[in-house]
Amino acid sequence: MNVGFDLVNNKLIIRIDGDIDHHTCEEIRSKIDNEIMKRNPKSIIFDMKNVNFMDSSGIGVIIGRYKLIMTSGGIAAMVNVKPQIKRVYEICGLKKIIPVYENEKQALESI
Amino acid sequence: MRIDNEMKLEFMSKSQNESFARSVVAAFIAQLDPTIDELADVKTAVSEAVTNAIIHGYECQNGSIIIISRILDKTVEIEIKDCGKGIEDIELARQPLYTSKPELERSGMGFTVMETFMDEVEVESQSGVGTTVRMKKTFKSI
Ligand SMILES: Nc1ncnc2c1ncn2[C@@H]1O[C@H](COP(=O)(O)OP(=O)(O)O)[C@@H](O)[C@H]1O
Ligand SMILES: [Mg+2]
Repeated sequence: MNVGFDLVNNKLIIRIDGDIDHHTCEEIRSKIDNEIMKRNPKSIIFDMKNVNFMDSSGIGVIIGRYKLIMTSGGIAAMVNVKPQIKRVYEICGLKKIIPVYENEKQALESI
Repeated sequence: MRIDNEMKLEFMSKSQNESFARSVVAAFIAQLDPTIDELADVKTAVSEAVTNAIIHGYECQNGSIIIISRILDKTVEIEIKDCGKGIEDIELARQPLYTSKPELERSGMGFTVMETFMDEVEVESQSGVGTTVRMKKTFKSI
């Protein structure tokens, strides 16, 4: 499971590559948490361009990271979200707490 | 009851089988010509039920999960069965946000996802015996 990172203006872009389900979420979780610990970013942006599938296990991971970044006053956002993921995301009420932007540029300008 | 087609799949309760299981069901229902969204809905619902069998039913111990899927006209029926610990209070388990394992960062939205993406979701469970989730979805032909 490949998770890439870029730090832009102290905002951590998290590039997840592959399906997010219960099987992959443990590894994704620990990779993200390590990076947040190491770089201490102000905010995080999930880049979902290479995620074709996510179920409610993924929602658990995203909410968990959101809570983590919130404790230090930061915010979380999401970009390049595909339709299947958007539906799961909306049903689970994430829309209210984690804004979705078209692309990285918009997210970087807005948060 | 008339059945047009049927398949049965049995596999070990290992998390690497979650993507295997949803892909097999997706391949089976492809013969109904579902839309991309309908296919994604079924895959997601199957993923939820199989994950629940692994995490909650068998609590990550070895066990066997059985999926039976039937097609009748434009309707698919999917049964996902484990012989794990069972659900004591099904009504509570189906509540949005309810999870018995908050320490695992579960969202408690699995049943809500299944109910939203499928037309019907039926849960049969007995403590110490196991759980069967039966779901149905009719594809809209274009
Ligand atoms: N196959 C199963 N065997 C035993 N308990 C189950 C099973 N499926 C679901 N449950 C119970 O129902 C609860 C809610 O399930 P779900 O909505 O998928 O949320 P989550 O998986 O995030 O806990 C679980 O926390 C668990 O207690
Ligand atoms: Mg679940």
